[in-house]
Amino acid sequence: MTQGPRFWRSIDQRYNLEGVKCGNCGQAIFPARTLCPTCRHLSVGKLAPFQMSGAGTVESFTVVHSPPNGFELQAPYVMAIVKLAEGPKLTAQIVDVDNADMRVGMPVHKVFRRINQDGEGGVIHYGYKFSARPVRGQGAKGQAPMPVEGPRGSHRSPGAPGRLG
Amino acid sequence: MRPVAVIGVGMTKFGELWEKSFRQLVAEAGLEAVRDAGIPGEKIDAMYVGSMSAGRLIGQEHLGPLAVDEAGLAHTHMPSVRVEAADASGGAAFRQALLAVASGAHDVAVVGGAEKMTDVIDQEQINTLATAADQEWEAFFGATYPSLWAMMAQKHMHDYGTTREQLAMVAVKNHLHGSMNSKAAYGSVIDAKTVLGSPMVSDPLRLFDSASNVDGAAAVVIADLETAKRLNPHPVLIKGSGSATDTLALHDRHSLTELAATRIAAERAYKMAGLKPADMQFAEVHDCFTIAEVMAIEDLGFVKKGEGGKAVESGMTGLKGKLPVNPSGGLKARGHPPGATGIAQIAELVWQLRGTAGQRQVQGAKRGLAHNVGGSGASAYVHILEGL
Ligand SMILES: [Zn+2]
Repeated sequence: MTQGPRFWRSIDQRYNLEGVKCGNCGQAIFPARTLCPTCRHLSVGKLAPFQMSGAGTVESFTVVHSPPNGFELQAPYVMAIVKLAEGPKLTAQIVDVDNADMRVGMPVHKVFRRINQDGEGGVIHYGYKFSARPVRGQGAKGQAPMPVEGPRGSHRSPGAPGRLG
Repeated sequence: MRPVAVIGVGMTKFGELWEKSFRQLVAEAGLEAVRDAGIPGEKIDAMYVGSMSAGRLIGQEHLGPLAVDEAGLAHTHMPSVRVEAADASGGAAFRQALLAVASGAHDVAVVGGAEKMTDVIDQEQINTLATAADQEWEAFFGATYPSLWAMMAQKHMHDYGTTREQLAMVAVKNHLHGSMNSKAAYGSVIDAKTVLGSPMVSDPLRLFDSASNVDGAAAVVIADLETAKRLNPHPVLIKGSGSATDTLALHDRHSLTELAATRIAAERAYKMAGLKPADMQFAEVHDCFTIAEVMAIEDLGFVKKGEGGKAVESGMTGLKGKLPVNPSGGLKARGHPPGATGIAQIAELVWQLRGTAGQRQVQGAKRGLAHNVGGSGASAYVHILEGL
């Protein structure tokens, strides 16, 4: 269900949290859109790639006990709506946290992880999750993004998602 | 636009109907509605069919002609089209038919809604429901349909102090109402302990906070008021209709504790009807999860934002309360065949407004409101009906 070119097309966004910035009104947009929702036609040709820092806070969350296909081995896992420091909001898993410690408003930062797999031996999808582990040297309120960690050497080769085995 | 009325309603029993196919369900509900209207099939000018995902669930699309054909009306060559708005497909189909009749394009239309959920395994049901969410930016990352409502519940509890027990009371109330509805999928009464002890689906929502996806179909016949009065002794007037959309992904909305689409669809329906929330005697609202009913009574203007949980606790929304909500049992107890739900709500409004709802009759019901939501709130449909 999650296979196919439409996921490869958005690989920079999924891997690196790359959005766009509207050259007309200045707002950061994630994921990238064809038009800025504020400026619409005035934004045509003015949406430039923009790297989100990866810092954010939890707006709300849940612990998923009934997972969809490809997530069975991860359940129960935390899903959250994260508000990025730059403004956009997104839906992602929260990791490095005891489920019972989840709180609205807690700071999190982007990490690069395996998202799911299309069946046994199927395509593995990678992308962002958010970690609740405090960033070292920044105290509990760390806002700086963690360095991206991922499958070695593979995360910049769109079109060739890894296979198990 | 000319006034339009409902002149016939029909509904199959909802539930796990292993022995019945999609097309049998459509025909059964349609036949009951047309008989109720007391008109011959040849009087129908057009059909509309609401279905969320027949293509995934039974491998069948092209439901417009399917419905006409199964009704034995292929020889009329009447126009018929399928309408899709996730689990608001029924409400969406009803509105499209209403607009067509109000405009004068048709005089009599039949609107059906149907879904056959139980031909696929639970996992495929989960995946199908998630297609109403943003596939690329919600579902891809592991978000399920219940998880989106759970995040709204979490935030509502955080911001307004809505309690777990108040949510449970929604399910308890709707099961009590459903026990008086012979067409409901679940006729048993439950208590709060059952809800609070049921398996966790997506924290804080449990299995008994969730409407179950079942099989079922419902149908209504509508006509312009002049034709309606000529054909049927008990027309029910459609006073208001409003629809609205919102961002596909929940995370892009300004608030997680209201459905702006519901609020705006309701404002549009009230405006068309020239009525306000206090003019309603009861409502059928989209309680796909208990939190959805709490938010709905706020967003529809029956109580202030944040006070939905307390309103449920006070008994206001019970059958004997100031504003009975979901006298039919709602999605929770009647069961939720996504495409059929919006039409089943209209059928309940008509039964209540005719005074034929039996044990669950809302006393003195003159006007009622139906509220149907698609997905996590990217579509909403509100209709206001009035007995004549
Ligand atoms: Zn802009």
